[in-house]
Order: sequence, then structure tokens, then C-alpha cells
Amino acid sequence: MDFSPFYLTLRLALFTTGILFLIGIPLAYWLAFSRLRIKYVVEAIVSLPLVLPPTVLGFYLLLFFSPENPMGGFLDRYFDLRLVFTFPGLVLASVIYSLPFMVQPLRSGFTGIPKAWIDTTQTLGKGRWVTLSRVMLPNMKSALLTAGVLSFAHTVGEFGVVLMVGGNIPDETRVIAVAIYNEVEAMNYGQANTYSLILIGFSFLVLLITYWLNRDKSRVLSYD
Amino acid sequence: MIELALEKSLFGPEGKMKLAVSCQIGKGELVGIYGPSGAGKSSILRLISGLMKPEGGLLKVDGEVWYSNVETVNLKPTKRNIGMVFQEHSLFPNMSIAENLEFALSKGQPPQIVQDLLERVGLKKLASKKPSVLSGGQKQRVALARAMIRKPKILLLDEPFSALDMKMRAKLQEYLVQFHNEYGLTTLLVSHDASEISRMAQRVLVMENGKFSFDGEPRHFFQS
Repeated sequence: MDFSPFYLTLRLALFTTGILFLIGIPLAYWLAFSRLRIKYVVEAIVSLPLVLPPTVLGFYLLLFFSPENPMGGFLDRYFDLRLVFTFPGLVLASVIYSLPFMVQPLRSGFTGIPKAWIDTTQTLGKGRWVTLSRVMLPNMKSALLTAGVLSFAHTVGEFGVVLMVGGNIPDETRVIAVAIYNEVEAMNYGQANTYSLILIGFSFLVLLITYWLNRDKSRVLSYD
Repeated sequence: MIELALEKSLFGPEGKMKLAVSCQIGKGELVGIYGPSGAGKSSILRLISGLMKPEGGLLKVDGEVWYSNVETVNLKPTKRNIGMVFQEHSLFPNMSIAENLEFALSKGQPPQIVQDLLERVGLKKLASKKPSVLSGGQKQRVALARAMIRKPKILLLDEPFSALDMKMRAKLQEYLVQFHNEYGLTTLLVSHDASEISRMAQRVLVMENGKFSFDGEPRHFFQS
């Protein structure tokens, strides 16, 4: 059996989740604490992938990064970077597509931090970075876990965006969801079944571990 | 010495209220701030600490301007040398008791003070325990010790004992007076407990609707 779609999917999900943590933490922090009035505009944009069909997002990314268009042409010419039908393109599309799954739980985590803790760190002479890294993040482990798992799982389950932006290139863009579709198209139901069962088992296991780790949220966050 | 003349619009239980206070507090004084709920007592502490920004006025501590709308100075809370203890215990649950105190250390400050203070408040044996196993009184002792780590000029206490029983309260009041005298602190204690203020403070500022309605010795106010 060809396991390469699994490796590729795993690699994609890991890259996507890692990048999303880097983008999601500052963005969720800003959304949780900013008093800027236009915040709701950013909130709406971040949440767009929740309501849009993945094909819409995929379609525009495809157009935007196509070498015939200004942005795609620019990247191609000056950075030798092609984002259409390539793995980096898949990562970028996945990051955009899974952004709300990272940002929403993190934002709830930030807003759940008692204000007294933040006031206290300030009166103890500590700046924002120390407050974030030593008080906030360690006390929102369950939010971090939920955000990471949701983003990872959502990326594993991608189909529409991946197919639009990445196509179906073995070892490059053929992720597991696309591979299953392929096998069904080719009437290889046995192979499609094997892939699907492994995917079900894997997803169930990931969620099971998450819920197990999160089983006593109050214990992680208890400060009373 | 603290010289303050500050203004701020607040939203109290009875709608909008203008806080406008001015007074001078001598070095080494222990001043009680007394008054009904919603009179603006806590807001004064937040204005002095920098956690709340005034709309106008002046705040000077030992000749240094901390806030001035004329000179457009507004020192960040992290730059004001204060210690603050809040009503709700604000210990960080991810850190042990000792780590909560270590967190407050300034850069390069010798860590010996952590052990000294833990000893002083009688919690050395519990140093490695997490805050969740402590009683309410013990938590406030840790919070008080933590506020003392940076050897502040001003100690601000926002009803720190209100959730404790009489015995515990008396013990903490004792610690507080000891710290106040030994460290040469200027202490502001917000309390709605007349006997507490009478016992501890040499001077009481009584607040009503955002203004000081009395400034003098506690016995003169509470006897009348």
C-alpha cells in the first residue's frame, strides 16, 4: 500500500499547525485585548473560512498565486516561489483555511485569564511579554491544546482547498483526502476503504487523547 | 510624599460619577480610605498605580511626576515603584508559592529576599506547594509578601482582608503593620471595615460620590 499520502498529510498538518501557532497567538491576543473599534472587521475576516465553501477560497488563491497574475508572477520572478500546485502553496492555503480553528479557542483562552493576574504582573513591574509567556500561556494550556488539535485535525480533513490549490500531484500535493477521492474515481473501493478506515482511526485517537487531556479543565485553570 | 489631584469619570452603580480628589500623603503614613461601595475607593488605588488613566490632574511621588496632563506625563504601571494587593487573591496557579515570589524579582535582584519574606509570613514550609492548596488567609499572606519583593515605596491595598475571618484578618493586619514600619512604606488601605481602619491607620480619607468628604484622624470620624 502507498503510504505517501499519509506522510504528506501529516507533514502538511504539522507545518500548518506550527505556523498557525506563530500567527494565531499574537492575533488572538490582539482580538482579546485590543480596544480598537474596527476589531470586529478583523474578527469577521478571520472567521470567513468557517462559512465559505472551501472551493471559493481555493479558487481565489489559485487565481491570486497563478504566475500569470501580478502577485504570483512577482513571487515567481523574484523569489522563485510557486504557490500553485506546490507544497508551500498547500501550507499557505491550509493556514488561511484553518485560521479560525486556531484563533477562536486561543481568544477564549486569553479572555478567560482573570484581569487581576494581568494587573498584578503590571504592578510587579513586568511587561507584556513576561505576562504572556509566564502567566497567560501556561495558564491556558487547554486552550492551546484545543487550538492545536482543531487546526491539525481540520488540516488533515481538508479536501476542497487542497484540490483547488494543490491539484493531485503524488508526493507533492496528493494528501489523503484527495487520494481517497482518486481511488473511488478509479473504482478501487478496497484501497479507498483502507485509507478511510486508517483516517477514521487516527482522527478518533487524536480527539480521544485531546478530550482525555482536557477531561478536568477546572483542575488546569483552578486558582481558587 | 504623594501629592495627588486627579480627575476621572467613572460609571458607578448609580450611573456616571465624577471622581475628583486631591490630597497630600506624607512619607511613612498609613492612610485608610473608607466609604460605601461604588464611591470610588478602589479607583484611587488604580489611578495611583497607573492601572487606570486619569482624565486630568497631577500625581507626584517624592518629587517625581508620575502623571501630569499639563506635562503629558503618564508613567506606565511597570515603571512605578509600588506594591499592590488585591481583594481577590491573584496568585498565579501555574507557579509554586516560592515561584510566585521569585516572579516579582527585579532583574539582577538577589533572590535571598524570597526566602526571607516567606519566613516572615510563616510560609517557608509551603514554599514548594501550589497556591490551590492554601487557605484564603495564606494566599493573601503570599500576595502581601510578593508585593514586598521589589521593596516598593508605596503599598496599595484594595480590601485585602475582606474575604477572611476575624482571626486571620487580625494576623494579616499585624504582618502589614510590621512591613509598613520596617520598610518605611507609605501605605494606602482601602477598607469598608471601620474597626480595621481605626486600629491600623493614623489618618482616614472618607469617600462619598467620588470626593473626599473627610480627612483626619479615624477616631474623629468614627466617633461622630
